[in-house]
Amino acid sequence: AAEMAVNADLRKERAAATFQPELLTHILDGGAERTRRRKEIEALVINDPDFQHEDLNFLSRSQRYEQAIRKSSLMVMKLREYGIADPDEIYWFKSFVHRGRPEPLDLHLGMFLPTLLTQATPEQQDRFFMPAWNLEIIGTYAQTEMGHGTHIRGLETTATYDPATQEFILNSPTVTSIKWWPGGLGKTSNHAIVLAQLYTQGQCKGLHAFIVPIRQMGTHEPLPGITVGDIGPKFGYDEMDNGYLKMDNFRIPRENMLMKYAQVEPDGTYVKPLSDKLTYGTMVFIRALIVGDSAHSLSRACTIAIRYSAVRHQSELKPGEPEPQILDYQTQQYKLFPLLATAYAFHFVGAYMKGTYRRISGDISEGDLSELPELHALTAGLKAFTSWTANAGIEECRMACGGHGYSRCSGIPDIYVTFTPSCTYEGENTVMMLQTARFLVKSYTQVNSGQQVTGMVSYLNDLCRQRIQPQHVAARTATVRINDPASLVEAYKARAARLVEAAAKNLQAELDHRRSKEDAWNRTSVDLVRASEAHCHYVVVKLFTAKLSEISNAAVRAVLTELCLLYALYGISKNTGDFLQAGILTDAQVTQVNQRVKELLAIIRPNAVALVDSFDFNDVTLGSVLGRYDGNIYENMFEWAKKSPLNKTEVHESFHKHLKPMQAKL
Amino acid sequence: RVNPDIASERQTASFCVETLTAVLDGGAERTRRRRAVVEAIECDPVFSRENQYFQSQNERYEAAVRKAVHLQKKMHEMGWTEDGPEYKYIYRALAGDVAFLLHRIFMRSISMLGSDKQIAKWIPLATQYQLIGSYAQTELGHGTYLQGLETTAVFDITTQEFILNTPKISAMKWWPGDMGRSATHTVAFAQLYIHGQCYGVHPFIVQIRSLRDHSLCPGVTAGDIGPKMSFEHTDNGYLLLQNVRVPRENMLNKFCEVQPDGTYVRRGSQQINYFTMTAVRISLISDEVIIPLMKACTIAVRYSVVRRQSKLKPGEEEAKILDYQTQQEKLLPQLAAAYAFHFISDYLQELFDKGYREIQRKNFDTLPELHAFSSGFKAMVTQYCTSAVEICLRACGGHGYSLLSGLPSLYTKILASCIYEGENTILLLQTARFLTKCFTAARAGQPVPPSVAYLAAVKPGTCPAKSKLDFLSPDVYTEAYQHTAVRLISSTAAKLQDLIQSGVQKHDAWNQCTVQLAQAAKAHCHYITVKNFAETVEKLETKAGIQKIMKHLCDLFALHGIFSNAGVFLHDGYISGAQMDMVTASYLDLLAIIRKDAVPLVDAFDLTDKSLNSALGSYDGQVYQRLYEWAQKSPTNTQMSPAYERYLKPLLHNSLSKL
Repeated sequence: AAEMAVNADLRKERAAATFQPELLTHILDGGAERTRRRKEIEALVINDPDFQHEDLNFLSRSQRYEQAIRKSSLMVMKLREYGIADPDEIYWFKSFVHRGRPEPLDLHLGMFLPTLLTQATPEQQDRFFMPAWNLEIIGTYAQTEMGHGTHIRGLETTATYDPATQEFILNSPTVTSIKWWPGGLGKTSNHAIVLAQLYTQGQCKGLHAFIVPIRQMGTHEPLPGITVGDIGPKFGYDEMDNGYLKMDNFRIPRENMLMKYAQVEPDGTYVKPLSDKLTYGTMVFIRALIVGDSAHSLSRACTIAIRYSAVRHQSELKPGEPEPQILDYQTQQYKLFPLLATAYAFHFVGAYMKGTYRRISGDISEGDLSELPELHALTAGLKAFTSWTANAGIEECRMACGGHGYSRCSGIPDIYVTFTPSCTYEGENTVMMLQTARFLVKSYTQVNSGQQVTGMVSYLNDLCRQRIQPQHVAARTATVRINDPASLVEAYKARAARLVEAAAKNLQAELDHRRSKEDAWNRTSVDLVRASEAHCHYVVVKLFTAKLSEISNAAVRAVLTELCLLYALYGISKNTGDFLQAGILTDAQVTQVNQRVKELLAIIRPNAVALVDSFDFNDVTLGSVLGRYDGNIYENMFEWAKKSPLNKTEVHESFHKHLKPMQAKL
Repeated sequence: RVNPDIASERQTASFCVETLTAVLDGGAERTRRRRAVVEAIECDPVFSRENQYFQSQNERYEAAVRKAVHLQKKMHEMGWTEDGPEYKYIYRALAGDVAFLLHRIFMRSISMLGSDKQIAKWIPLATQYQLIGSYAQTELGHGTYLQGLETTAVFDITTQEFILNTPKISAMKWWPGDMGRSATHTVAFAQLYIHGQCYGVHPFIVQIRSLRDHSLCPGVTAGDIGPKMSFEHTDNGYLLLQNVRVPRENMLNKFCEVQPDGTYVRRGSQQINYFTMTAVRISLISDEVIIPLMKACTIAVRYSVVRRQSKLKPGEEEAKILDYQTQQEKLLPQLAAAYAFHFISDYLQELFDKGYREIQRKNFDTLPELHAFSSGFKAMVTQYCTSAVEICLRACGGHGYSLLSGLPSLYTKILASCIYEGENTILLLQTARFLTKCFTAARAGQPVPPSVAYLAAVKPGTCPAKSKLDFLSPDVYTEAYQHTAVRLISSTAAKLQDLIQSGVQKHDAWNQCTVQLAQAAKAHCHYITVKNFAETVEKLETKAGIQKIMKHLCDLFALHGIFSNAGVFLHDGYISGAQMDMVTASYLDLLAIIRKDAVPLVDAFDLTDKSLNSALGSYDGQVYQRLYEWAQKSPTNTQMSPAYERYLKPLLHNSLSKL
């Protein structure tokens, strides 16, 4: 099709920006060179005819799965052909090929292979790794069961060692123990790493991992003793064959237990692993990915909603004048700009977490695990905090696009249904918040008993000092400067400290009522979640603020400072109760904050389109008619709709089948 | 065979479930009638929804048409009529999953906007399904802002016809239901031009498909707008008109007419048009919003007593997830909201019926109040319930994400209600306009409608509560809500006034206050909801434990609102920091109390397993067995996919090792 000119509204918006979007793109990518390389890989995928296909919205689930499998197999071949081996580059390539959607080999590439690398013995690697690398073996990672998710100690699948034959006998003893949800299990995989309770010499030794063949090599038929299939339609993830797996006295050789750490000897003797902290490293990494994904998904939704709002004209602001862009309405800005600021904030948090993981994993290989527990505990909360916020934010963006946001052509429904499970997987969010809370309470107790704590929770040390100088709290209210990010960081810090203290005190009060530890914890858990949220909020504001000083270009720094202020002040205006109750801000200051938020909306307005352009999403990756770079929405919505399955024939067959006979009868 | 975990919940109910069901239905006789209708629909296999989660858009559409056709037969057999008391129950039993809903709107708009002659001509044809109607208002470029519509209807005096055109792409009709594939006719809204002068938006009956072979009429381009987040069964359509001529008599002319010589005549009040919108907004609250929330609560609460996870006490068996405070905090406020909104919907219906009687006596005085109420509550209730359903969905963890839980479809459907029949932000601002007007009038001592009379009272004061128990007094929390609503409305009105006095133009000042105005409108609706809930509880019968449990729910609804909007209540010191801690304590105590009755409280909604259509929410609590059996029926398990032969096999058979 002939290239259409860029919509005049968008041209005007871009011309009015006060900064160069490319410079900001470089910051997001981590350097100009990385931007160049990312775009190079993107072009490699987008210009490749092998990766073209019909709009997935028009395909059935089965067809979508088929397309995904087709692209995945090509992807693996091409990655090797191009010699792309860097993890980030593989990740880019994969997201461009699958346009941000999951694919059936995700678990094979992301879990099966890495688990072999980290948990298999050299002998096991010889047997499994190369066939898996060459995709003769396609594996998945079967942990979650119908009855148990985040609480993995409750898993019910059993692996009982039989010394007579030197085999493990795998069983799914109840309906609830059926493996349920693992990606790629339903139709694609022929092997699975199965997590099961190990029984040997009559004793349960807890969860261990086993390599289990599930389908016949050659015919792909399920093996005797294995029942396997697809779990049916879901909210999203149409491309993924999430599956179920039921095992009845299924035997595997002793050598199929992953035995780099724990071992079962031929006679059934169990040898314990050295440390269980090692798995923390992987979890921190995956959570960093989810934080990054929160930022990424929210950025996509913001890009669509903001471009659409710059193109859509509606109603009147000034009598007699033409209809204004809906982005000129304060209510629309109030919906979208805080989310835009949030997307930036989460980008920087994700990058920070990844960096920290890299730094610490260096320490791990040198045997220093001391920082891991804190990091593990704190990233749990950030995973929950960012995914909840992004989840709600994506929906707000969709709502802000009115009726057209509801059409699949907007692309936002897809972003939402693909993203929303991250509130559940890799640790259900409420449970994650409570993990962080446990660490916060522990740190608070340490401070109370006179010890100093370090790292992100070091603000708790101040609580002690305040008790010595009680006037401190009152004195603080006057010192919050609402235009100074550093001062706002202090305000968030004070709020977190207060909520951690309140939760810890309530917990103590419950314990003083002679409740059991568990009961007291449960009766305080709403407070504990609030404390974790406040802590995470503080961390985000702090990291965003810290990022500002690293930015050399003045124009970019100015616009990011505005966004940072908006993020921090909007967060206050949405949680004024906490700040008022703790005496961190006065009524008058809250009024000022609310007013300043609205002023910032107007300040950011001229840069809004440039700020989403900086995310640098290609139209193909964005997958949205409303969010097109050229802004020619209405023409393209019409073109898109004409391809709908209901339009395949001019007269739908149901006319002949149902309508006509009825009209004849009545 | 009921799961013992759910059976035990029912044994300890503090109230009589059947009595509460009758309260919700408005009497035991209505409960009986509703059950009879639901039974008749659900025992008929044509109406089964069991396979809907497995169906494509095309299959869903066909099923909806089949059901709509079959429904005509069924209604005839059962002696039900479209305007009878059963229709509401039929619609609920079908969960709206049926075609030709816009056909009803088509008929209603002709009845309301058409002359007697037009009614006599079109209504019998429509009733007999000799034609199928739609209602074409929204365009690609314009939705809630009707004056902006761009379709034109130019009167041609020589032929006595209107010539309808879609002058540009953004003027294309877009979204109307039943129009993509089914409709033969539509009521199209267009800007009327006579002798080159524009007279604004008017409705025209336009034939779009042949009555013989269903092909498109000359000059008409129409089709389906493609897949959406939900409503797969509905053929939302587009319509492009090129010099389509309709006779002069096809303009609906009860209120305005174009005479043969081109003279434009207006008669009667057009205010009645607002009345239709008001009626639709009020009726959608119960059918499209509250029922789905009740379903979501039923599913999530039942699942939460069957699902056991982790341990609360060492050595004990795993705890039901509803025993976790955090799970209670997610679900129970939503349950309370379902009741609160059920009662506000009754209240609005009453207000509407009263207003309708006045209007029939040509008294239009109540219209502005009704309009403001229906707008504000439509916005507030749809928004609240949409997020409530989403909370229920996420509270069910991974299994909530399966379509077989029933929750994703409830969510994707309810969220459309935030947009249709008026985008929520715009509606809130309409209510805010009414409130600021009333506020100014009230402060000037002029009369205002009784529902907003509270704006006249200036009560600075502070909250009198001294202990957490005081916050269980409806007077205490209702007063707090009232105070907050007055404060938000008055401070916004004052700011608006200040801006205008400082020389800012009126419309700019308005735009600069819209965030606060929307918040004020919501606070007003929230206050009225709490007040109405408290008053309803007061009037309930005390026997069978009904009043007691409803009082708990009312307290929970009110305190949850204060707890979640603490800043607004703390702002001017009406509630102090210490009092806010009392609110929190009372609120958390209530969760534990209501927890015990959670299952009976959702049972009282009396939703059948078929209407829930959920593996997680069935009455017997056999969650896992049902999930497993249902999943096995998925086409992904029963039909061969070509993916293996085409792609997987070559992949597995070593094609890569050649690299």
